[in-house]
Amino acid sequence: MKELGIQNIDELYRDIPEKFRLKQKLNIPKGSSEAEVKRHVENLLAKNKTSATMPTFLGAGCWPHYVPAVVENIILRSELLTAYTPYQPEISQGMLQALFEYQSMICELTGMEVANCSMYDWASAVGEAARMVARITKRSEILVPKIIHPERNATLQTYVEPAEVQVKHVNYDKSTGQLDLEDLKTKISTQTAAVYVENPSYLGFIETEAEAVAQIAHDKGALFIVGVDPVSLGIIKPPGEYGADIVVGEGQPLGIAMNFGGPLLGIFACRGDMELIRQMPGRTIGITTTLDGTKRGFCMALQTREQHIRREKATSNICSNEALCAVASAVYLALLGPQGLKELGETCMIKADYAIKKLSKIEGVKTPIFDAPHFKEFTVNFDDTGKSVQHVHEDLLLYGVHGGKDVSKEFPELGGTALYCVTEVHSKHDIDRLATALEEVLKER
Amino acid sequence: MSTFRQARWNEPIIFELGKVHRRGFALPEIEEEIKQVIGDVQLLMPQKMKRETPPKLPELSEVEVTRHFIRLSQMNYGVDSGLYPLGSCTMKYNPKINDALATSPTVALLHPYQDPQTTQGILQILYTLSRWLAEITGTYEVCLQPSAGAHGELLGVLIIRAYHKRNGELKKRSEIIVPDSAHGTNPASATMGGYRVIVVPSDADGCVDIEALKSVVSERTAGLMLTNPNTLGIFEKNIEEIARIVHEAGGLLYYDGANLNAILGKTRPGDMGFDIVHINIHKTFGTPHGGGGPGAGPVGVSEELERFLPVPRIGFDGKDYFLDYNKPDSVGKIRSFYGNIAVLVRAYAYILSLGAEGLQEVAEVSVLNANYLAKKLAEIRGFELPYDKQKPRKHECVISAKPMAKETGVKALNVSKRLLDYGVHAPTTYFPLIVDEALMIEPTESFEKEELDRFVDAVKKISQEAYSNPQLVLNAPQNTACTRLDEVKASHPQSMALSWKMYLKKRKDI
Ligand SMILES: Cc1ncc(COP(=O)(O)O)c(C=O)c1O
Repeated sequence: MKELGIQNIDELYRDIPEKFRLKQKLNIPKGSSEAEVKRHVENLLAKNKTSATMPTFLGAGCWPHYVPAVVENIILRSELLTAYTPYQPEISQGMLQALFEYQSMICELTGMEVANCSMYDWASAVGEAARMVARITKRSEILVPKIIHPERNATLQTYVEPAEVQVKHVNYDKSTGQLDLEDLKTKISTQTAAVYVENPSYLGFIETEAEAVAQIAHDKGALFIVGVDPVSLGIIKPPGEYGADIVVGEGQPLGIAMNFGGPLLGIFACRGDMELIRQMPGRTIGITTTLDGTKRGFCMALQTREQHIRREKATSNICSNEALCAVASAVYLALLGPQGLKELGETCMIKADYAIKKLSKIEGVKTPIFDAPHFKEFTVNFDDTGKSVQHVHEDLLLYGVHGGKDVSKEFPELGGTALYCVTEVHSKHDIDRLATALEEVLKER
Repeated sequence: MSTFRQARWNEPIIFELGKVHRRGFALPEIEEEIKQVIGDVQLLMPQKMKRETPPKLPELSEVEVTRHFIRLSQMNYGVDSGLYPLGSCTMKYNPKINDALATSPTVALLHPYQDPQTTQGILQILYTLSRWLAEITGTYEVCLQPSAGAHGELLGVLIIRAYHKRNGELKKRSEIIVPDSAHGTNPASATMGGYRVIVVPSDADGCVDIEALKSVVSERTAGLMLTNPNTLGIFEKNIEEIARIVHEAGGLLYYDGANLNAILGKTRPGDMGFDIVHINIHKTFGTPHGGGGPGAGPVGVSEELERFLPVPRIGFDGKDYFLDYNKPDSVGKIRSFYGNIAVLVRAYAYILSLGAEGLQEVAEVSVLNANYLAKKLAEIRGFELPYDKQKPRKHECVISAKPMAKETGVKALNVSKRLLDYGVHAPTTYFPLIVDEALMIEPTESFEKEELDRFVDAVKKISQEAYSNPQLVLNAPQNTACTRLDEVKASHPQSMALSWKMYLKKRKDI
């Protein structure tokens, strides 16, 4: 203050008009010591019940998977945790290389050539993808399956509405859930910018005719976008092998805790075609060399697509993204390797199938409602039990088990149906406990 | 001056490490009884969709993975490493207790679709945080969902859109005004929201030119996006008149909260007439930026606009916290679930620690520090403080290296790179665009005077170097993990490699 020749800090606020200066203190509690804060927050958090004490069978876009200790350790390294976006590449090589490795692993998983270093989440990634294909094809419609996560659907609508892109829904086959190819053929037109499918679908089954969908889309000059759960890609064919032009997805299951639904990790990858790359949203890291050409290094690439250079003409407004989550995924994938990821996929599939077999034995329970292979989620219908999904759920809670997500309002035509999720974190004991509790609950009617 | 040497591991790309069949993590065995029931997993997979060739992921042991990423972390610089005066980014210290709380299992293991009766604790934290943020910003209601500042901006623009649509003026009001000093996300968000961007120039004071503003507002104006203090660190003194002009024209006023740190507890955007406000939690509220995210960008709005916020809203009936989806006028969803919760929990703990008085002190010290630096740096040969020198800056200042560039050929970028050699992160360079050779400096409240003086000394030293041996500065950095990089090569179609796969194909061209 002496240097500045002022007596009082308020002199530095002299240019704020008197009438706008706050006269009273903010109505916020007085500060607390670290120990008090810790006790207070821990007491509040203790009111939550978690999957550690209550077997929980929820998935639907945020999935329970084990997070290895190495992942947690690395992402708390303060040089990574407390850094900003790597605007100064020479002093940020660590973050840049880790993000490049993340992008590269996503490309290996999806069969794409290019990936960005993250979007906010799967839902916003679909929204951005839809805007991207509309810019590329100069068409104004996108076809999506009727069976799509309602939050992704809603986000997609929000993102495309200002761009005047219409979202149209394609029906599904009543018995298998698969995208109805005949309906797709009638709905697709020269106005269709892209066809989007999710694989595995929102309701857990695998779309087996994805290649035919790609064909139909490409025949009409439309692009093909596929949404994925990356955990499935150790065993399910990569979208790049069945015609995808753009792949989006949710990276949360790759080493990021559920955290009540956020932060998540939006995957965004595309073919190595310049027309696509130039329209891609978000940050992407590239390899380069030092100016003297002697050493390899990394920096942000293609910044001329981005808001800080292109401003109102940018491909997206995204700036801060989910970089540290991307690093977590890179660490996770490096730990598992190809074999680990394959085993993880198989484990999910086997355990889910075990749960299906177990629950099917209960009178009145029908699972899954679609005759199709399922990955780690499946539908359970309670119509023949005389109880609503909500009712079953509340009773299960009394047994200390949290059932799946109620989807009966989202898809009324499916009746009283819930979406259950089983992964490697569920032991046989957990699944058996669910089955036993369900049996008890349904006996009580 | 301390000598700084960043680690130079020449660390291979992870795909170049490891050996075939090496593993870093073992999954739990599938129980024997399950295997017996299910039999061969191959039979579960539809042939058509089976992956034939495994993904070419690296194959490393746990130790190798750990060592690789620890080495990478050593080739990175964070707030904990030293001064990080990156203007506009508010790189303050991130209290460790907040990380500890946010990573506890009672947050980590919560599923967003759990029955609210099992998540009352987290809902209470989120609800309370939203009330505090409303109080701090002077808004009526705050939505915690946006994942970052720009995401909040997009939501804000969508709310502007929804408001005009409700008034039957969607088609008519097609323009959003942004000052020429605005951050790039503002115009980009306006475009994403379907608007034409009208740029209004700054006046000789570095503030919005009122006459120019009057000439661009019209019945086509949907809104104005503004940050206050602005990106020059100067308070828009005419804010009342700006608000009046925009409101009289029928537009809404949007506040970019990137610079909120300067005014915590001193003044509030809502009181200044802003209708919509976003907050950069990862700037103002001390959550780590993670090398590019995750952050959080909550949006506060006036009572009139509350109806348009995304669903679900977190409610409290005096007894229980709940999720409310019944908002027919909502703009809908902008992402899945309820926001970046692990980030928001940190912000809750941050506000709880500081309290009302602590927050006010944060603002005051950050402003004091910025003014101190502005004064000290402007005295250094080759630099000048553009715009009114008498006017106090707020949380940041922008200095110009124009004289130095003219006299020695050493530009702002070279100064930034040379700072890295002295173990200080560079300021934001070449932003805002309206200042030539701009260095935008935001010290935040976190650093003590000694650290600020070290920064001033480093800049002084660079000035001497520039005038005596400019080549030294032009060759910087030398002490970082690598020397100056060829950023053009990284983006050239011929040599561009955005993945390992692409690199293998183009290796010879790089
Ligand atoms: C003035 C200003 N506005 C908006 C943003 C965008 O915020 P975010 O990166 O959180 O999206 C920034 C971030 O750099 C900023 O400095």
